[in-house]
Amino acid sequence: MKPFEVTKKPLEPARYMEYVTHPGAGAVTLFAGTVREWTNGKRTMHLEYEAYEPMAEKKLAEIGSEIEEKWPNSRVAIVHRIGALAISDIAVVIAVSSPHRKAAYEANEYAIEQIKRVVPIWKKEIWEDGEEWIGDQAYKPGGEQY
Amino acid sequence: MIHLHYFAGIKEVAGKAEEDIDWVDGTAADVLKWAKKSYPSFDFSSVQIAINEEYVLETEPVKPGDHVAFIPPVSGG
Repeated sequence: MKPFEVTKKPLEPARYMEYVTHPGAGAVTLFAGTVREWTNGKRTMHLEYEAYEPMAEKKLAEIGSEIEEKWPNSRVAIVHRIGALAISDIAVVIAVSSPHRKAAYEANEYAIEQIKRVVPIWKKEIWEDGEEWIGDQAYKPGGEQY
Repeated sequence: MIHLHYFAGIKEVAGKAEEDIDWVDGTAADVLKWAKKSYPSFDFSSVQIAINEEYVLETEPVKPGDHVAFIPPVSGG
């Protein structure tokens, strides 16, 4: 497996947890982002993700390097799935190990926030009565963050 | 010639994921101008440009052979 990857295959979180675990680690945080059925009162039937794959993998690796610099002795693996995903499928897995738990939590949250800002991956929501490419949900210039 | 890459909504409007266009000299802003003219039904206002897989400012020069990608607001995660 590659530690920073975009793939069409179903994700197996345990593999990424194993990859980041090492004798110097005292904590591993494992985040899984899953496909939600209801968003703002609208029912999603399924999602489709696409990526600019080479750039996305490069950006994921950059996030990993940033984390290893900001939180010394941490180790990171991030994988994002693309293609058609059903409700409750795992879209993204972030595994971070660190000597202490606080850094592992913080670094993991930093990773998902950076993914939502800079990694060229897009999500299309398919509803019962339509579909739409979702963009800029959290980082609309001048908009509210949520 | 330069290689253009489209994603998400732009890809649907363009009807293709990639295309090559003739190119001698110019900046990312000039490529964006070309795209706005070619695909007027797409709103390019919040699109970022990447050259050879790196985000750039619109003043960045674009050289023949470059890969230029139009990056709509991302929504991964």
